[in-house]
Amino acid sequence: MLDAVRSVGRRTIDGIWRMGVAVRFFGLTLVHSGICLRRPQLVMREIFSAGVLSLIIIVVSGLFVGMVLGLQGYETLQTYGSEEALGVLVALSLVRELGPVVAALLFASRAGSAITAEIGLMKATEQIAAMEMMAVDPIARVVAPRFWGAVISMPLLAAMFSAMGIFGGYLVGVVLIGVDDGSFWSQMQAAVDFRQDILNGVIKSVVFGVAVTVIALFEGYDAPPTAEGVSRATTRTVVTSSLAILALDFVLTAFMFRGV
Amino acid sequence: MERTTLDLWVGLFVLAGLGALVFLAMKVGNIGSFDAGKTYAVTARFDNVGGLKVRAPVKSAGVVVGRVGEIRFSPKNYEAVVVLNINSAYKFPTDSSASIMTSGLLGEQYVALEAGAEEKMLVQGDTLKITQGAVVLENLIGQFLYGKTGDASKPTTPAK
Amino acid sequence: MHDNLVEIRGLHFGYGARPVLKGIDLTARRGQVIAIMGNSGCGKTTLFRVIGGVVHPTQGSVLVDGTEMVGLDQDGLYSLRRRMGMLFQFGALFTDMSVFDNVAFQLREHTDLPESMIRDLVLMKLNAVGLRGAQDLMPSELSGGMARRVALARAIALDPMLILYDEPFAGLDPISLGVTGNLIRRLTDTLGLTSIVVTHDVQESLKMVDYVYFISEGMVVAQGTPAEIKASDLPYVHQFVHGEEDGPVPFQYPAESYAADLGLSHA
Repeated sequence: MLDAVRSVGRRTIDGIWRMGVAVRFFGLTLVHSGICLRRPQLVMREIFSAGVLSLIIIVVSGLFVGMVLGLQGYETLQTYGSEEALGVLVALSLVRELGPVVAALLFASRAGSAITAEIGLMKATEQIAAMEMMAVDPIARVVAPRFWGAVISMPLLAAMFSAMGIFGGYLVGVVLIGVDDGSFWSQMQAAVDFRQDILNGVIKSVVFGVAVTVIALFEGYDAPPTAEGVSRATTRTVVTSSLAILALDFVLTAFMFRGV
Repeated sequence: MERTTLDLWVGLFVLAGLGALVFLAMKVGNIGSFDAGKTYAVTARFDNVGGLKVRAPVKSAGVVVGRVGEIRFSPKNYEAVVVLNINSAYKFPTDSSASIMTSGLLGEQYVALEAGAEEKMLVQGDTLKITQGAVVLENLIGQFLYGKTGDASKPTTPAK
Repeated sequence: MHDNLVEIRGLHFGYGARPVLKGIDLTARRGQVIAIMGNSGCGKTTLFRVIGGVVHPTQGSVLVDGTEMVGLDQDGLYSLRRRMGMLFQFGALFTDMSVFDNVAFQLREHTDLPESMIRDLVLMKLNAVGLRGAQDLMPSELSGGMARRVALARAIALDPMLILYDEPFAGLDPISLGVTGNLIRRLTDTLGLTSIVVTHDVQESLKMVDYVYFISEGMVVAQGTPAEIKASDLPYVHQFVHGEEDGPVPFQYPAESYAADLGLSHA
């Protein structure tokens, strides 16, 4: 019994300690970000590996999510005889919630895990240590460009996800089922507000991008330099960042859309 | 990877992302239809705004000319005070009238502006004198029932 | 100019409560190749981490080119490390870069040289290790011995004063082993470097080094020139040089008596 309580206590302390280390790591990353302005080429490479390589999964998933929304939304809306509101339903669900959240979840499992595995392996094969011995700060050279590359990519990917999703909803709703083209768009435009909906969605995706990237970088940098350590760190990145995305989403939504 | 290829891909990616954002802003959101450009604010008092929301469109002859900027309650004379932000490109006579309408039977509510005949034009801070509140469905039904029972002599406000 | 490039006095170090180094004294003179030998787990690699300033000793002093490493801040440490090269056990090449970019890495990070000059310097270094033709290969396409040589070219890219080699001979076939050994000697002599080699390959290293330290259980147990070592009749050195199974370094990990472990003590 006492042991169980003690183990809860130890886990809590360990967790808080790790969180503190992660926050300090995040701070160090920001402090050492100057290199990204001096050598934008480093960030470009990371935008390529985090953003461009995630493009296919984001675009295809967005299209399918939008198509499903179109089908399901139509089924529900037609019972109330307001099929023209399909555009509003698809657009608001995507722009406010599904776009940022699902894109961030996909990003965590595609780019986040890759970042963790790459940095973990660099550590396991002593590449990080070699860099330090060459008087190159690995936080500045390895971590900071990956951070900015991923943080820049995330909102762009979320926007593409939403846009593809709305296109998917349009395909199913207007082209396939035959909802009126004009009212699909005009009702959508009347209901979706730029600041309230779109800008808040973008803010969400930026916050998710920062959270996923910091978790992925920290897990990689903190991983024990063994094959097992790296594989466990990769799993932890996906699990932790998914939880973080959903929890942050609740907090942000509560702040943004309260009382509207 | 060759540097030029990498640059090309990243460039395409960023452009596609920004394009998606612009698509969302212009085609999905309402930033394209209005918002840009200067506006002037005029106030209108209504006895009842019904379900009117902030940012609802202000239309004249069916064309969006502005948006509802603010809705508040005036405790002095128990009226709703609605601030309308109207695009500076459109000038309306001072005796124009505002009424709250519904697009379709259950659609969203908007403010309809009907131009008057005065030569002076509305400017920032003016108040519209002639207004017509929202038609509340329950009142309409009640009116219909009373009208049936013969109490037709009583003049009703929202008759149009 | 200090005659001794590296001077270590009374060095103690431990991971947590477990002491790894217990009072090491070691000197490396300029232009020499020093070998540090000992059986696996004796603290050789830890000694390197202390010289490179990666970990801080609990006690003692480490002088590199007259500068005390202990208590140095990051800037001081980094400026000193720029004049040191280190060869990691398996090369530790950057796997996302080509051979050329690996060797050019420090030049690009620490200097503002134009790309044409970087190219000349890199090709010179690659030529010195005989791998100029491999400049466009990726590290995954290299054999173990080639990777080690590329790492050596990378370590000498900035013309350091000191190179640390962490087990440069581990896992190499006899030909690559001889090539690597000769390369270390030749580079040390032609570039005027000082080299410290951690190894347990006695035969190869005795052929090329100037001075040998034997470390056992965190202490220097024997030292001398290769000739002295070969002639030494210290039991530890004898066991090490001739690779005998049992001796001062026991075959058995310290344990209770075998009989007690098998539950035979009552019999």
